Amino acid sequence: MQAIDPITLAVLAGRMEQIADEMDATLFRAAFNPIIAEAHDASHGLYSSVNGDTLVQGKSGLPIFVGVMAFAVKAVIDKAAADGDLEDGDVYIFNDAHLGGTHLSDMRLVRPYFRDGKLFCYLASVGHWHDVGGAVPGNYNPAARDAFQEAFVLPPVKLVRGGALQNDILDILMRNTRLPQSAEGDLNGQLGALDLGVKRLDALLDEYGPETVKAALDALGDRAETLMRSELAALPDGRWEAEDFLDNDGITDTPLPIRVALEITGDRMVLDFTGSAPAVAGPVNIALPTTVACAYVAIKHIFPDLPANAGVMRPIEVKVPDGSMLSAEFPAPTGGYTETILRMIDVMFSAAAQVAPDRVVAHAYGTINALSIAGQRGGKPWVMFSFYGGGHGGSSTGDGLNHGNAPISTATIPPMEILEAAYPVVFRQWALRPDSAGAGAQRGGLGAVYEIELLEEEATGFLFGERGRFPPQGVAGGETAAVNRFSYEQTDGWHEPPMASKMLGISLKKGQRVRLETPGGGGYGPASERDPALVARDVAQGYLSAEAATEHYGAAWQEIAQ
Amino acid sequence: MKMIGVDVGGTFTDVFVLNESTGTAEVNKVPTSRPDQSGGFLDGIGQRVPDLSEVGVVVHGTTAGTNALLERKGARIGVITSAGLRDVLEMRRRDRPRTWGLRGNFDPVVPRDLRLEVPERTLADGTIDTPVDLDAVRAAAQRLLDQGCLAVAVLFANAYANPANEAAATEAIRAIWPNPHVSSSAEILPEIREFERFSTTALNAYLQPEVSGYLARLDSALREGGFGGEFLIVGSNGGVMEAETAADRPVRTALSGPAAGVMAAAHIATSAGFPDVITGDVGGTSFDVSLIAGGESVLAPQTSIDFGMVVRAPMIEITTIGAGGGSIAWVDKGGLLNIGPESAGSTPGPVCYRQGNTRPTVTDANLVLGRIDADNPIGGKLDRLDVEAATQAIATHVGDPLGLDPIMAAEAILRVANSRMAGAIRLVSIERGHDPKRFAFMPFGGGGALHAGAMLAEVGLARAIVPRYPGVTSALGCVIADMRHDFVQTINAATPTLDAAALGGVMQDHLDRGAALLAAAGSEFERRSHVVELDMAYAGQTHTVAVPLEVTVQGGHVIAPDRCQIDAAFDAAYHATYGRVLKTGLRRVINLRSAVIGHRPKFDLRALAPEGGTIEAARRGTRQVHFGDSWYETTLYDRLSLPVGAEIDGPTILTQPDTTVLVEPGLTARVDDFGNTILEAKANDI
Repeated sequence: MQAIDPITLAVLAGRMEQIADEMDATLFRAAFNPIIAEAHDASHGLYSSVNGDTLVQGKSGLPIFVGVMAFAVKAVIDKAAADGDLEDGDVYIFNDAHLGGTHLSDMRLVRPYFRDGKLFCYLASVGHWHDVGGAVPGNYNPAARDAFQEAFVLPPVKLVRGGALQNDILDILMRNTRLPQSAEGDLNGQLGALDLGVKRLDALLDEYGPETVKAALDALGDRAETLMRSELAALPDGRWEAEDFLDNDGITDTPLPIRVALEITGDRMVLDFTGSAPAVAGPVNIALPTTVACAYVAIKHIFPDLPANAGVMRPIEVKVPDGSMLSAEFPAPTGGYTETILRMIDVMFSAAAQVAPDRVVAHAYGTINALSIAGQRGGKPWVMFSFYGGGHGGSSTGDGLNHGNAPISTATIPPMEILEAAYPVVFRQWALRPDSAGAGAQRGGLGAVYEIELLEEEATGFLFGERGRFPPQGVAGGETAAVNRFSYEQTDGWHEPPMASKMLGISLKKGQRVRLETPGGGGYGPASERDPALVARDVAQGYLSAEAATEHYGAAWQEIAQ
Repeated sequence: MKMIGVDVGGTFTDVFVLNESTGTAEVNKVPTSRPDQSGGFLDGIGQRVPDLSEVGVVVHGTTAGTNALLERKGARIGVITSAGLRDVLEMRRRDRPRTWGLRGNFDPVVPRDLRLEVPERTLADGTIDTPVDLDAVRAAAQRLLDQGCLAVAVLFANAYANPANEAAATEAIRAIWPNPHVSSSAEILPEIREFERFSTTALNAYLQPEVSGYLARLDSALREGGFGGEFLIVGSNGGVMEAETAADRPVRTALSGPAAGVMAAAHIATSAGFPDVITGDVGGTSFDVSLIAGGESVLAPQTSIDFGMVVRAPMIEITTIGAGGGSIAWVDKGGLLNIGPESAGSTPGPVCYRQGNTRPTVTDANLVLGRIDADNPIGGKLDRLDVEAATQAIATHVGDPLGLDPIMAAEAILRVANSRMAGAIRLVSIERGHDPKRFAFMPFGGGGALHAGAMLAEVGLARAIVPRYPGVTSALGCVIADMRHDFVQTINAATPTLDAAALGGVMQDHLDRGAALLAAAGSEFERRSHVVELDMAYAGQTHTVAVPLEVTVQGGHVIAPDRCQIDAAFDAAYHATYGRVLKTGLRRVINLRSAVIGHRPKFDLRALAPEGGTIEAARRGTRQVHFGDSWYETTLYDRLSLPVGAEIDGPTILTQPDTTVLVEPGLTARVDDFGNTILEAKANDI
């Protein structure tokens, strides 16, 4: 390997990150569907020609994609090796979540990049398409028993062969989505992003030469590894365990354990998920790539300054036994993967907090709470579908954020007025939820209360959530937050779902309401160490009731309040 | 008569005086006074124009609003809002401050106990679901007054669709509120999206007491000095407004100064024959980039002043990255050189200022390489800069960890900083769908012209244009800016069922209100114009396309466009953005946006050009300056003394009191007819 001088390395690091960022920007601007254009549910990067490892990834895409993309590229590398026909100008496309991680809505495009007739690296683009067939528009089907009920499943195939678009592949794709115009727009945007990446890489290699750029990529991976190793070496050796539970899989009402043993030896770490639940019938399974990517997300939240490349994961081994819910085989349904990886992040935080409490925040609210209300208006169907927010965990540096987004995402919530304008509902409450935060020296952030009233004659609702039975936990002696609570109004009064935060087929009449009270974040450090003045402030501001304040923090705050 | 532009920045107050009778101009720069900025403002004018009765117009670019927001120094205010919605301001759009780490918190400008709910509700279609309880409103207002609130914001759900409840509440509050600081969300921003509307309105209320007091102090001090003319404020949209309007709508001044700078850049560049230009302002902590295409700056619909502090109002789009002169260079544990985001700012400032900072900055690197003059620091605050301390800091924090001598380490710092700045320029162009290569680069601010050559090389731009007075660009922009008033109204209708006549009625209302504001102003306008745009999308999409409409006005009456014209305009705009249209898509009109513009006479920028002079007479000796990997004996020139048409090959340095223009080897500097310096590749190098 050619040695590279530190100035060139620093400049090239920025230039290559920029290529990925520009690919992100190209797709965000060109994408038709708002999930990509506005929520930025997409990602781009440069990947190893040998094993698909992430070399550089854009900063604007969703956190969970950092880490999962490598598997998409690896799937293409395997496919191309089996077929033996990889050539310059090819673009592969697929959405198979068991090969590429996450879920079937994420369409992955992978393009080999050749220089002087030799494969140099891969470029890839992933974006969440609006619809990819399956039983339910938008592909969020909590009742799915297998991948086929979730969406049209596409394995890696050549969409572009040596620069020529394969129209028959395009036809198959467009015939398998309810929104072909949207899909075509997104596809063009992704192809455009890959084109731009090729153009920028050409210019970079012209300027610096492939050897230098290759040396820089190697050095950046090594440097990320060095950074990770130095962080791990600074921590004591040992083994720390943590467990938490999913309420159920939506089909059988049995708690599902997620367990991790975090073991540090010198500058290496093992994350062993042995003891977690076996694969289940409902859509809370995840494929192995998602599990590894999720480990990466947790690590990057704990060490936020680490770069986004595969070097970080070299000293880390992720162990999952075969047959686990965390290594589910095709065609197990994976549509609800978000709930499972949120719980995995929680247990990794709990385990890490035992060895490095300063580096770790307490559990966030831990569920995306996919709530859908659907009906007919003027003979036309309508579906209001959204994810709802909750509190972030407390940390050594402060209280948790009130009403944040999920750790795996950066998506914002649609405005209430946009929802009310588009659907026949009115929000009677859109508020913070007092007493929902976990107590602690630094308390968690507050969850939220959303109360929605139906304005049309009738509608049906479904909720796919979690944390209905097992609350977000505190760390370093902090306390748990409130559990997720969902209730719905019927002619005989308010009800709660038999399976806590999951329910299909809730039938609503005009004037009836549903009420979602989301968890706060867990607390950090013992509640007894919280400054009573802050407790008094929280009571005065209505974040905390007087009773709960005294129960968790003792009576010291009352003197200050007077 | 004289026309004066004053830009008050964090460190300096800049003054630009245009003598309209003689067509001549002069500039001044004084330290910004703190905490009351009016002292520096008046000094800066007084030093150039002792008799204020000679002044016809004073135009002010202000950071009073920005600073109050960033430092959370606005007034104690309260909020009165719809039942169930008191927390919208605190819940934001469910975002977080940083992607990674899950740390960080948000304190809204109005604490929860001062956010009061009253029974009332309007639905999205404008139907009143619950009439407003005015007794509850009055009781809430009284409670806020008892709590010491100086201003109040009225924030009702769906008030954009029907403001009746909110207007009734606002009227009831105004009847008992002891000052004019009552902001209503539908008056400030009748646009769908409650958080953005509530936030903009609450921040307006938060700024009103402070900004209106500040402007009133300035106004009376000017009048006492004999000033009898018009006092105007630059808005974030790059247009000016009456000081009274600004006192009522201070949230519209959030980016006042920087907006004026971009307006000046557009005018200077277009006059010089380069209507496509990207500006780059190198400040103490940041590099601010803005794009001007075809002489027009780009307006962004909203910005976040800080996490969760959203202002939705048309504003000049400025992209900021944390790479300024004070940005700190450091080597991370993995051995990689980084610049920023931490910054030494202007206090304590770079190591060479010797005010307590010991970590090297971009300015320190420029100093060590001889690119700035240690004996004549710009700005005039310090006597000299400490080269040795800067060299030592670079050696300790960058050179030693990387195995480089201090000179190469300083080069490394600049290369990485330049690369980041170039990245910002590329990204801004890509995001707007432009190829950056067809743009010229215009540096302004004190430090921008040190980095211009690097931007040409890194981005592949053909030339840079350094304005004659890059350090007072914003003050110059104040004098140039037109009067502009923006209006918005959410319409929310599919075009087949759109009531085109009603839409025309809203246009008429916007244009009438704009015309009234122009008429009320004392300014003389060369001409008046208007811009009418619709935010449109296909049904099911949430992101919109700006659709410009040609709207004719005859005898003061708007000829409203019909549905077919609107559909055609949307198709054209959509095609221009996405390269195609949908055959079956249902088109929706989300918002109507109008702007009414009073064009103020522009002065001829040739007034700024130097008269006479020779290159020889401008020569000021030489200095050793490091470029690439060697030192060059580099000739220095007094930039302002160079004659029109002068051409000087790099390496050379052109100095003026507040700016250093670095001309690297391989570049030529040419003084154009306006006194701008054009940097291009040497002819024989092309």
